[in-house]
Amino acid sequence: MNYEFDWSSIPGALPFLWEGMKVSLEITVTAVIVGIVWGTLLALMRLGTIKPLAWFAAGYVNLFRAIPLVMVLLWFFLIVPQLLKGFLNLDPNTDVRLTSAMVGFALFESAYYSEIIRAGIQSVPKGQVSAASALGMTYAQAMRLVVLPQAFRNMVPLLLTQAIVLFQDTSLVYVSALADFFGAAYKVGDRDGRLVELLLFAGAVYFVLCFSLSQVVRRLQKRMATV
Amino acid sequence: MITIDKVSKHYGSFQVLTDCSTRVAKGEVVVVCGPSGSGKSTLIKCVNGLEPFQSGTIHVDGISVGDPKTNLPKLRSRVGMVFQHFELFPHMSITENLTIAQEKVLGRSKEEARAKGVGLLDRVGLKAHADKFPGQLSGGQQQRVAIARALSMDPICMLFDEPTSALDPEMINEVLDVMVELAQEGMTMMCVTHEMGFARKVANRVIFMDRGRIVEDDTKEAFFANPRSERAQQFLAKILQH
Ligand SMILES: Nc1ncnc2c1ncn2[C@@H]1O[C@H](COP(=O)(O)OP(=O)(O)O)[C@@H](O)[C@H]1O
Ligand SMILES: [Mg+2]
Repeated sequence: MNYEFDWSSIPGALPFLWEGMKVSLEITVTAVIVGIVWGTLLALMRLGTIKPLAWFAAGYVNLFRAIPLVMVLLWFFLIVPQLLKGFLNLDPNTDVRLTSAMVGFALFESAYYSEIIRAGIQSVPKGQVSAASALGMTYAQAMRLVVLPQAFRNMVPLLLTQAIVLFQDTSLVYVSALADFFGAAYKVGDRDGRLVELLLFAGAVYFVLCFSLSQVVRRLQKRMATV
Repeated sequence: MITIDKVSKHYGSFQVLTDCSTRVAKGEVVVVCGPSGSGKSTLIKCVNGLEPFQSGTIHVDGISVGDPKTNLPKLRSRVGMVFQHFELFPHMSITENLTIAQEKVLGRSKEEARAKGVGLLDRVGLKAHADKFPGQLSGGQQQRVAIARALSMDPICMLFDEPTSALDPEMINEVLDVMVELAQEGMTMMCVTHEMGFARKVANRVIFMDRGRIVEDDTKEAFFANPRSERAQQFLAKILQH
């Protein structure tokens, strides 16, 4: 096999690739933030004493963890646009693929974040809640002021690791032809007949970003272990 | 101040407390002792409602603890509690440990809470450590901070659950000294402890528990001179050997 590499189409495509990277990052950041907030609420429901809420949270988490992400994304691409357009009276031609991707990822990731956060909450010794309650704090205050700050401190490495996985998974939005970083690279490669080069380049970028971030996580873990 | 009347509690079929009754009058110091697993922690946690109980009543300052209509957080904010394992909040500085509940529960201003906290820290001899974190203090120091934290709420009475049993021997006295001083100032106290020196010095009464029952409830003099039950005699003999 004698393949001639030709990287010349990459420099000119950088602005377009950067637009794609912005889409990937937007989806990641939204899903991480919504995932942590909604995941925390789900974890609190699941650990709380109100049975219907605990059942709801358990059902939600088990459902999303049992379905492939790609399927969830497809549903959201098919359903959310219709709903949004119906509710908001949008022009049928408005592009809501980015919004659907964000909603799909956020709801899906919440299930995973809620499990991480639930474990984090349970890692805080019970005596801490007793001490907070004994000082007159309500359950909500004990959670907000005493348990969650400690839980999150313990969870930072896991939450970051999940964010790295999520960033890689954003490439799945190619099913909707939305130009995220991977999609953009694919388009350029396809256009110029340089798919191999573009995909190698995209792979290298994913690797560098994710590998550096995971090194940061490792450092963090080491530093936390010594404190 | 504290009235416990025929309190029983069970976990499933396991009876933790059976028909416990006693009273702690204002200014009184009552020491609770007994073998491990006899229900001392459970009883003392029932007093501020940290543990629910199935029958009987407990009143603190006239307020019924078991009544579902009682505002438990409010009641607990007036009852100080000190735990075996200190339970300081590790993510907060010593000063924040002392001010958080004053601000969030009692609604005191930052300055007022801080002034109160620093004053109490000084009182337990730890003013120099105000900006440290709990993990940087020794066990004895942490427990003194925990006592100061409870006092910061201006409690009407104090509950102690084996405050010295997790400490290295050389640190026990610094904590007991603070407790003795508190007792001598007239604080109403219910203390689960095996420190009989402390009991002899400041207790008015000693309660002895065994298998979920209060089997002795007597003045300190009567208890030490002549415990009525055989279990208490054996227990005392064992403890005083150490
Ligand atoms: N959550 C619980 N579930 C079941 N049994 C418990 C629970 N907490 C305590 N117990 C049991 O209740 C008994 C009394 O416990 P405790 O009040 O901690 O005793 P003490 O403080 O005197 O050592 C022990 O036998 C303990 O095993
Ligand atoms: Mg105990």
